[in-house]
Amino acid sequence: MYDSSDLRKGLKIVIDGNPYIVTDFQFSKPGKGQALYRCKLKNMMTGYTMDRTYRSGEKFDPANLDEVKMQFLYKDGDGFHFMDTQKYEQVTLTEEQVGEAKNFLKENMEVTVLFFDATPIDITLPIFVELQVTKSDPGVRGDTATGATKPATLETGYVIQVPLFIEEGEVLKIDTRTGEYVERVKR
Amino acid sequence: MKRLRQRALILQAVRNFFISHDFLEVQTPVLVSTLAPEPYIEAIEVPFGNNDVRYLITSPELNLKRLVAEGLDHIFQITPAFRKNERGTKHLIEFTLLEWYSVQKDYIWLMEYCEELIRYVASVAGNWPVIQYGGIKIRLDEPFYRISIQEAFAKWAGWDPVLDYDAYRFDLDMVEQVEPNLPVDRPVFLFDYPIQCAALARRSKRDGRLAERVELYAGGLELANGYSELTDAEEQTKRFQQDFARMSKIGRRPYPWPAAFLKSIKRLLPCAGMAMGLDRLVMVLTDAMVIDDVVACPSETI
Repeated sequence: MYDSSDLRKGLKIVIDGNPYIVTDFQFSKPGKGQALYRCKLKNMMTGYTMDRTYRSGEKFDPANLDEVKMQFLYKDGDGFHFMDTQKYEQVTLTEEQVGEAKNFLKENMEVTVLFFDATPIDITLPIFVELQVTKSDPGVRGDTATGATKPATLETGYVIQVPLFIEEGEVLKIDTRTGEYVERVKR
Repeated sequence: MKRLRQRALILQAVRNFFISHDFLEVQTPVLVSTLAPEPYIEAIEVPFGNNDVRYLITSPELNLKRLVAEGLDHIFQITPAFRKNERGTKHLIEFTLLEWYSVQKDYIWLMEYCEELIRYVASVAGNWPVIQYGGIKIRLDEPFYRISIQEAFAKWAGWDPVLDYDAYRFDLDMVEQVEPNLPVDRPVFLFDYPIQCAALARRSKRDGRLAERVELYAGGLELANGYSELTDAEEQTKRFQQDFARMSKIGRRPYPWPAAFLKSIKRLLPCAGMAMGLDRLVMVLTDAMVIDDVVACPSETI
């Protein structure tokens, strides 16, 4: 059990049954008044943020969160299926829960699945992933200014901007935090 | 390190200001046997002797008022003060307070004198006439804004705490509605507090529902708190009784009854006094967002 005085950036607590992370925190004490703990909180299930101000002495349950390394198996009408390769247990996340990570998710990729009270709620991709280009038109001749880019479709169906020299079939290193091209992977 | 040099200059300038106006610098105990009861300010208790307990001052207020009652007309002190559980980016458990008192003065004078002090210190040890704090420009050479609590709450919180006081709502709206909306291009005085949050301020003669109390803000930081001091021993006794009762009610052990202080204030002349957080003044003058950056080292890091 946490108390108001334990509140700080990064603390994970349960509010109305949902896991929240404190993303910003300010201790306030107006004039001779009571201590107030002002928080920005992010719902770890939906990603929505809210502002809340607490008085001293309020109690919070810690959000019971676990991270488990899992392998992405496949996607179907039910959602995205992952397997714990240690215990051979499978879990399914909805497209909404997977969010933008779906753009870079490839079969057999190892990801981190976040559980709240044994329910999977979110995934985290490796920072860098390698994906193959399935379609990209040749760069326009003459357009060789530094920094010039063209669209390329990845094997996940996602389209990113790449330098003009990239060809179909090549494998690219992508930064999943920004969703941007990093470099060509030599095979 | 650069900020520590600026801090030393600021402290020097503060001293020069008061000394040049014939204020006497005094030192009073940090370890005391009792304090003024404050429902929301908690003192650190220090075991003393076998069964006794003493306290680290939360402010030197009682000490200094006793000196004024004994005949020192204009005094100031720069002292460490301690408040339990108050730690954040703008709070230190151990912080530095500047407190001054002057007889035959009131809170209107405090506002003018405080302006003069800030201008002097900034011109000697800060930037003049415009300081930069967290990307905002604060003009010091124009009159500071003066906004009454009623006006501020009408404008930003939509209710009148003088007509209908509610302690929790008052604190909450102060933090969530009023403070974030205060103008930032000049320092601001908030004044004329509801009598329910008078603390040791005198009741306004103009309107009995108000207390002659003032707070100074600059760059969103609360810098100072001042009063036309309450000198009526009977009224003071009543307020202490109420505050001790409130402390017990929220489960805090009351301090010993401040009998010696109550006896001495019978001789207290009308006076005004103000307490200013010196660390925060240094923050504003050196563009520091976090209080840790303006002290040699916060106590928990030693």
